[in-house]
Amino acid sequence: MTKHYEPPKQGWFGQIFDSLFVLALVYLSLMLPLLFKAKEAASAAAGAAAEAVKPTWESLQLSPVVQEQWEKLGYDAEKAAALINTKFDYTIDPVWLVITAVVLIGYFVFMLKVSDKEYRQVIAEKFGK
Amino acid sequence: MSTTTGDSKQRISMLKVLNPFHIWALGVGIVLVGEFMGWNFSVAKGGAYGSLIACWVIGLLYTCVAMIDSEVTSTVAAAGGQYTQAKHIIGPLMAFNVGLYLVMAYTMLEAADALVVGDLMKSGAEALGHAGLDTKPFVVLTIAFLAWLNYRGVFTTLTLNFVITFVAFIAILVLFLAVEPANPGAVLKHKELLTDLPYGWIGVVASLQFGMWYYLGIEGTCQAAEEVRSAGRAIPLGTMGGMMTLLVAASLTWYICAGLMPWQYLGQAVTPLYDAGTLVGSTKLQLLLFVATAFAAIASANGCINDASRAWFSLGRDRYMPVFFGAIHPKYRTPYRSIIFLVPIAVSFAFTGLLDQVITFSILSGLLGYTFMSINIVKFRKMWPLGSIHRGYIHPFHPLPAITLLILCSATYFATFLGYGTSLLSILAFYIVASIWFSVRRYKFVKRADQFTMPWPRPKGY
Repeated sequence: MTKHYEPPKQGWFGQIFDSLFVLALVYLSLMLPLLFKAKEAASAAAGAAAEAVKPTWESLQLSPVVQEQWEKLGYDAEKAAALINTKFDYTIDPVWLVITAVVLIGYFVFMLKVSDKEYRQVIAEKFGK
Repeated sequence: MSTTTGDSKQRISMLKVLNPFHIWALGVGIVLVGEFMGWNFSVAKGGAYGSLIACWVIGLLYTCVAMIDSEVTSTVAAAGGQYTQAKHIIGPLMAFNVGLYLVMAYTMLEAADALVVGDLMKSGAEALGHAGLDTKPFVVLTIAFLAWLNYRGVFTTLTLNFVITFVAFIAILVLFLAVEPANPGAVLKHKELLTDLPYGWIGVVASLQFGMWYYLGIEGTCQAAEEVRSAGRAIPLGTMGGMMTLLVAASLTWYICAGLMPWQYLGQAVTPLYDAGTLVGSTKLQLLLFVATAFAAIASANGCINDASRAWFSLGRDRYMPVFFGAIHPKYRTPYRSIIFLVPIAVSFAFTGLLDQVITFSILSGLLGYTFMSINIVKFRKMWPLGSIHRGYIHPFHPLPAITLLILCSATYFATFLGYGTSLLSILAFYIVASIWFSVRRYKFVKRADQFTMPWPRPKGY
């Protein structure tokens, strides 16, 4: 039979610290993408200022039915143009794609390997060697 | 399954009071808000047709999730759902991560739901001539009231969810009948509003990310496994019934909204079904959709509090997180400390003002959990082959659902990379750092043999 592992008792300070540590990590990962977004927003604003021409329904080339639905939603040509001209950029940066794939696969491989090691300890203590 | 009340040695277990209707209400209740808001961001990424394809492809992903989950949960019937499955089948570090996926996915979704309630109240006040209503008190009140309800007991909580989810679902059916589907062109303008794919097929792939909102959270049904009267019957019935309900609701929602709004508007609308009700021009319908949107958001937040608190409670009970959280209320039999602890956290997520970040965190945490499920079921069948232990339900066509699930998860990671690559890396960094922290610091507090509580024989290969 494998030796029974008796874990140490955690005090109040340790319990509070551990809870706050995980929370701090979450907030950090929520904020991190904002640093990159701030740069993107600045360049987008510069681009929009360069092509600032007041749009009309005619210049947007919409059918009468589509224009009517925009108007029912409370939009004029200028407000509608802001949405119509907003586009996603799906240009793929292969370097970032590879980095993301490696991080994702690496994360799962690391987790499975360490979990397997820990699981063997659990099974050994539960069922014996 | 029982637990101690934190410091005392008294053994107290959760009450087994739930039936398949409660399971349906828990699953659909969490998800149905996705039809009232959020799914339409997939229209922005791939156009209206792209969103419809995403709806069906992601529907297939969730059908695989429901099939796999029904088998494992009906066999591992304990609070914590997928977390408890991971603990018994893969190991402590994976279980810790899965527990965090659940807590993060549900708490962030709860924050987004409360924000929708606040925004809806603001819109309602504007319609009545009171512009500029502050949404924050409504956000706090929604979360605080639902947490109180959860604190008082699971039966009332999920019975309320059943009623309000049913009303929200009926509202979608009423709206569908009101737009005269048998008379194309009268109200619905699909012919004029539907366009080709604006970004081509790459946009369709990209829209898979927000296509998850049509169904995100249905797997939450298994969090109630410890509180149902018959896990083998209630979990598969409630979960698969819930998936069918959602597939119908998602298809109807797309059909209504795509026939009423230009795709560029639809792609950024906060409450698209309420907008659809407004566009039809009937005050009664507008009021019905207002109430239904509020009910859907409240039902979702309610289910999220239920699920997040049970996942956090399970982490505490097993000492993966501080043991203080692993307590059950001696009178109400609910994980009360976890419920209370998560209230200010949900409120603070809602007040960050980072709604898209919060939603992406929720979606990605769910997606990581689904990736785990595809690995989990393969190991489960290998370690305990059919016939070696009692299973409440056996899903057909194994390993086809697991392979399909893994392929669709990979496609959805790529979809998230398209437009939200930084968020993807940032969230992965969180889980990697948390994993290292668990291995280095927390694992030493974990009792080894206590991690395996099922009355099963030794697993094959170990």
